[in-house]
Amino acid sequence: MSSEVKKTFVVTRFDPDRDEEPRTDRYEVPVQPDWKVLDALNYIKDEIDSTLAHRWSCRMAVCGSCGMQVDGKPKLTCKDSLANYGDTVTVEPLANFPVVRDLVVEFEGFMEKFKSVKPWIIRAKERAVEEGTHRQSPAELEAFKQFSMCINCMLCYSACPAVSNEPEFAGPAAIALGHRYNLDSRDEGDSERLAAMRDEGFVYACSYANECSEVCPKNVDPAAAVNQSKLLATMDWMKGLVLPRGGK
Amino acid sequence: MVDVHKHDIIIVGGGAAGLRAAIAAVEADPQVSVALVSKVYPMRSHTVSAEGGAAAVARPDDSLEMHGYDTVKGSDFLGDQDVIEYFVEEAPKELTRLEHWGCPWSRNDDGSVATRAFGGMTTKRTWYASDKVGFHMLHSLFQHSMQFDRIVRYDERFVTQLLIEDDGIKGVSALDVRTGNIEVFQARAVILATGGGGKIFPFTTNGNIKTGDGMALAYRNGVPLKDMEFVQYHPTGLPGTGILITEATRGEGGHLINSEGERFLVAYDYGVGNKAELGPRDMISRAIIQEIEAGRGLPGTYGEYVHLDLRHLGEDKIMKRLPFVRELATTYVGVDPVTTPIPIRPVVHYMMGGVDTDIDGLTRVGGLFAAGETACVSLNGANRLGSNSLTECLVFGARAGQRAVALSKETSDGNDVALRKRGFEEQERIDTLRGKKKGGEKLSHVRREMTTSMERGCGVYRTQDTMDATVQEIAQLKGRFADIALQDDSRVFNTEIIAALELGNMLDVAEAVANSAAYRKESRGAHTRRDHPTRDDQNYLHHTLVHFDPAGPRIDTSQVRLGHWEPEERKY
Repeated sequence: MSSEVKKTFVVTRFDPDRDEEPRTDRYEVPVQPDWKVLDALNYIKDEIDSTLAHRWSCRMAVCGSCGMQVDGKPKLTCKDSLANYGDTVTVEPLANFPVVRDLVVEFEGFMEKFKSVKPWIIRAKERAVEEGTHRQSPAELEAFKQFSMCINCMLCYSACPAVSNEPEFAGPAAIALGHRYNLDSRDEGDSERLAAMRDEGFVYACSYANECSEVCPKNVDPAAAVNQSKLLATMDWMKGLVLPRGGK
Repeated sequence: MVDVHKHDIIIVGGGAAGLRAAIAAVEADPQVSVALVSKVYPMRSHTVSAEGGAAAVARPDDSLEMHGYDTVKGSDFLGDQDVIEYFVEEAPKELTRLEHWGCPWSRNDDGSVATRAFGGMTTKRTWYASDKVGFHMLHSLFQHSMQFDRIVRYDERFVTQLLIEDDGIKGVSALDVRTGNIEVFQARAVILATGGGGKIFPFTTNGNIKTGDGMALAYRNGVPLKDMEFVQYHPTGLPGTGILITEATRGEGGHLINSEGERFLVAYDYGVGNKAELGPRDMISRAIIQEIEAGRGLPGTYGEYVHLDLRHLGEDKIMKRLPFVRELATTYVGVDPVTTPIPIRPVVHYMMGGVDTDIDGLTRVGGLFAAGETACVSLNGANRLGSNSLTECLVFGARAGQRAVALSKETSDGNDVALRKRGFEEQERIDTLRGKKKGGEKLSHVRREMTTSMERGCGVYRTQDTMDATVQEIAQLKGRFADIALQDDSRVFNTEIIAALELGNMLDVAEAVANSAAYRKESRGAHTRRDHPTRDDQNYLHHTLVHFDPAGPRIDTSQVRLGHWEPEERKY
């Protein structure tokens, strides 16, 4: 294509076996007008420096692999157009996570927190296949649908001030996914989840910064889920005080 | 030192088929220990990118007979009919299970699960969760699986070898991407569920991870690949990226339009018949190519294209049923389908072929199973109907999981010492390959030449000359691959060595596709030849088997299991 423009990419490099500290490499890349940030990283990998490590797969903003900081902001690099940037673009690993190498971060911590909200349908008695599907009205579906759209890309953790300051905080995505099940008409596990959410800092460490919802590439609005969960967790606790057997 | 992990069953791959197999295994026996080994975190698996839906009979005006016939006919009579009958019967149960596990299926006003129309299906039987069905199925399965402690995940492990002894498979070796260490996984049954290998082509809906790993592992270990010539081109991919625009766009009433503004599937006779936009994928992809060849395509940066017009559906319906399509078109081609038609081209999407298995997913190597796109259980024959594959992952993933549990109780563990020794040897091989500076070839360039050759030889339309040329080119590229130089000698998260191992797998899969295609001298389903334009039941109503041989692949055949649906001319 003719309308070729060159941009300089300043990319964080870190190999724990060799580097004491992260360093940066600069790459000059001929970019096309329709390219995303990820296209430039793949160009670097294929044509300039095959030692660069980054995760990616679907390149259609749904697998959640390619989150990074671009010019200091958490972005899904396959969705983030290069046209939004100047001649020099900095690419760093997501903030608030340990770095495995280069642009690859460790998110085992998230996986633990994710599991702790019990993100699955809990029922007193499992429904048999022969009984068919549950009835769930479009309105009941709508009540939780938005919070089920999380792709686990970790942009919200990267943006969240509480994640970096409060190790007990479960974080926006994990809480949104727990909340998703609490709001699902097929689920009966809300008391169990809300009890877990009352643990020190688990939901309450959120400082209402709202950064998570601003960076979410899927409009999940995790901030709303965190705030609603705080309220539900408190109400569930009060219900336990006022009513015998937790109001059941 | 080589770490050894012992389990009863190993599942390679954490997409829909692998997760369903894992859940089925622990349901069948709560004591069973399952290793779920995947080169990515399960929620990154490519199931996530499926959009339109999953098929299963749900309405009173539908029947198992109708779903079965549609699938047989869609397969151009190359599907095995016992497999198809089992599939349609299990399909509603599996989708119901997924509903119980939280999948947010879209609903009718009365709260029942909604279904939509899909190509080649005679009635509405495709269950959907707006247009992110693969995403919701994958996340529902993964989240449901998290409650089972007997499913032990090993994320970001790349399987490098199948460890097979005289009486069957005893484990796998895998490279821990984070440490560079080879680990040995021991078990008495292994299920390959690594998806297909669309990345052997340059223009594909498939994500970067779809490199045919399971197919190549089985192929190199004495299991033939079946029906590999049948590569599905999805009619509607975005030019340039190849990003999928779901068939649900047509199911919901979208039109394909040429440069003259005509609905060409209606205006010209392309064999799609009265159903027009609801025809099967192979026929519509051919129609688009013919339309472009007739001079009625539109010129674009990435070649000629046609339009997918959704404007008449209106913003409300698009936002309700197809919001992801709107997001994708807006983000990746700068077009809002509410106001502007979407440019589309046929794009490599799915492999009907795969690891030769029986109806249980079992291969001819004892204890080795395959399920999902990796497998060819012979559900899809020469052409898969849209929305059958997500259901296939569930139905045959579950069956493989259950059978693997049963089989693991009847077989003995492998030889600890011998398996550990294989692990050491594998570590040595990987350590030698990592950062191997000596060599005259560049990885990314060999890969690009492979994909270019595959598109030239094994595209929508094929001829003997171009297929033969691709067969030769792939053989040469395999030679050149042995001479690639690698720059990255770090042990930690070395994605270059993973890419090299993936390219080795892709070259084997490409070899299987090209050789199988060059063998079949007829047109059937997705295998369309200009030099043999008609179906030839006399000579080719059989499966193609391709066997690995270091001296070059060997072609063989196996019988199609027919049933009460007799082969007939495939007309819509």
